[in-house]
Amino acid sequence: MSVLLIAEHNNKELRPFTYNAVSAASKIDEELHILVLGNKSEAVAKSASEIPNVKKVIHVDSEIYENFIAENYTSAIIKHADAYSHIVCSANTFGKNLMPRIAALLDTSQVSDIIKVISADTFLRPIYAGNAFATVKSSDKKKCVTIRPTSFEPAPATGGSAEIVKSDAGEAFKNSKFVKREEIKSDRPELGTARIVISGGRGMQNSENFKLISAIADKLNAAIGASRAAVDAGYITNDHQVGQTGKVVVPDLYIAVGISGAIQHLAGMKESKIIVAINKDGEAPIFSVADYGLEADLFEALPQFLEELNKLNTIQK
Amino acid sequence: MKILVAVKRVIDYNVQVRVKEDGTGVVTDNVKMSTNPPDDNAVEEAVKIKESGKAKEIVAITIGEEKAQETVRKALAVGADRGIHVKVDGVVEPLAVSKILQKIVDKEKPDLVFMGKQAIDDDCNQTGQMLAALLSWPQATFASKINVKESSLEVTREVDEGLETIEVNIPAIVTCDLRLNEPRYASLPNIMKAKKKPLEQINASDLGVDTKARIEQIKVEEPPKRKAGIKVANVTELVQKLKNEAKVI
Repeated sequence: MSVLLIAEHNNKELRPFTYNAVSAASKIDEELHILVLGNKSEAVAKSASEIPNVKKVIHVDSEIYENFIAENYTSAIIKHADAYSHIVCSANTFGKNLMPRIAALLDTSQVSDIIKVISADTFLRPIYAGNAFATVKSSDKKKCVTIRPTSFEPAPATGGSAEIVKSDAGEAFKNSKFVKREEIKSDRPELGTARIVISGGRGMQNSENFKLISAIADKLNAAIGASRAAVDAGYITNDHQVGQTGKVVVPDLYIAVGISGAIQHLAGMKESKIIVAINKDGEAPIFSVADYGLEADLFEALPQFLEELNKLNTIQK
Repeated sequence: MKILVAVKRVIDYNVQVRVKEDGTGVVTDNVKMSTNPPDDNAVEEAVKIKESGKAKEIVAITIGEEKAQETVRKALAVGADRGIHVKVDGVVEPLAVSKILQKIVDKEKPDLVFMGKQAIDDDCNQTGQMLAALLSWPQATFASKINVKESSLEVTREVDEGLETIEVNIPAIVTCDLRLNEPRYASLPNIMKAKKKPLEQINASDLGVDTKARIEQIKVEEPPKRKAGIKVANVTELVQKLKNEAKVI
């Protein structure tokens, strides 16, 4: 048995969730190899080789991988798949887009979004927006698995020195073309990995009011999240959405402001260690998952919250 | 241009799902069912494209038990022209669904196939990508904007980092995000008219697709419950609790 992990990166460095996926993958089997498909991505391959859990890095460098188009990735991955019992990657938009394309060509029924490795063929995964956990056993010879990164600790980044093997690019797929990427640059921590997340919902009423949230985020070095309602209403961009169809976050502290707590939102945050809910509707479902609930008008509570934080001598960052 | 739209019948998104006591699944008896929400967006987008004159025909398809055809009827009521119901009982995994869809695509020869990006029951997020692979077609997943051009689509995709735009040549698969559009409601006269629109039934077994499960569901359980929290009286108490009790700030 051996596991092939498809690295997620930006051609310069591994994306943080790759380290979480490494942890999960090495729980499946210790013979873990990483496949890096990129363009001018030597630094990525090198970082991958430094992860102690990784036994080998396969590095394929070609222009066709510049923008991580799944259709281009597929042929290269299929070429290497023969040697492995498991093909795995993170269950974020990168892996969700890619893995089923691999699985179908390998005639494998994919196991999506696992939160626990029970054995090499049995996994725990959430279904129905996390309202149920299913233990599933794959009978396919070759297994394609995507990993919910926030359910696994990141693997250490250094200490290893795996061999890096160069390999040839696969065929380019002619019918898909990358046009552009609108990345939202921010100095704040990434939503997926932040220790503290403060999220706003429909109760924020407009995008201007999100300043109340960002002021607190700055103070706490927190990432900013949002409910789908807030994103749909145009208060904030889609990359902030937490929930069943957005991001799943598991911070130490999650502060939900003006969010009622629809099932779909809870799916993305209810595993957080400490949950705070600030909402003027005392009956809002968000209070059922909150460790600390504050029934208050957010427009009064948020400025007070900032003021109280300013009074503290020290804040953990 | 012809658009095939796939819709799935799932437990309604507003239902608080309950796990069966025997651990075999979730309670579905007497539970409200409806179309998987992003599949509604897929139907809506197809209808909008047809209304703009760029598509001639919309075929709605569902795969599942007898009652699954309700979802096709709903698609017909908002503008699809005809329906296909592939009958199969029990759970059909995305791989088998995509193989069934491949057979239908071979027969119907659509230019585009639309569906939701994920079903809210099994949360797999696989079918569109699998179908694209089987057909060797391009895949535009998690679409929040579609611009139909002469022989291609320009699609804005919702990705973790923000938005990505790709161009895919037709024929192509698009999986739809909830933000793609605002699905319309069917009017009563259109619901009545939809009953007269053609709906073809096909048995999955007649398509020669093996729908046997490859993944055994060993058990389904409730997720661990959070311990009950408290209500704090004011912001001062909240900050004090976070600092001294939870020790998170």
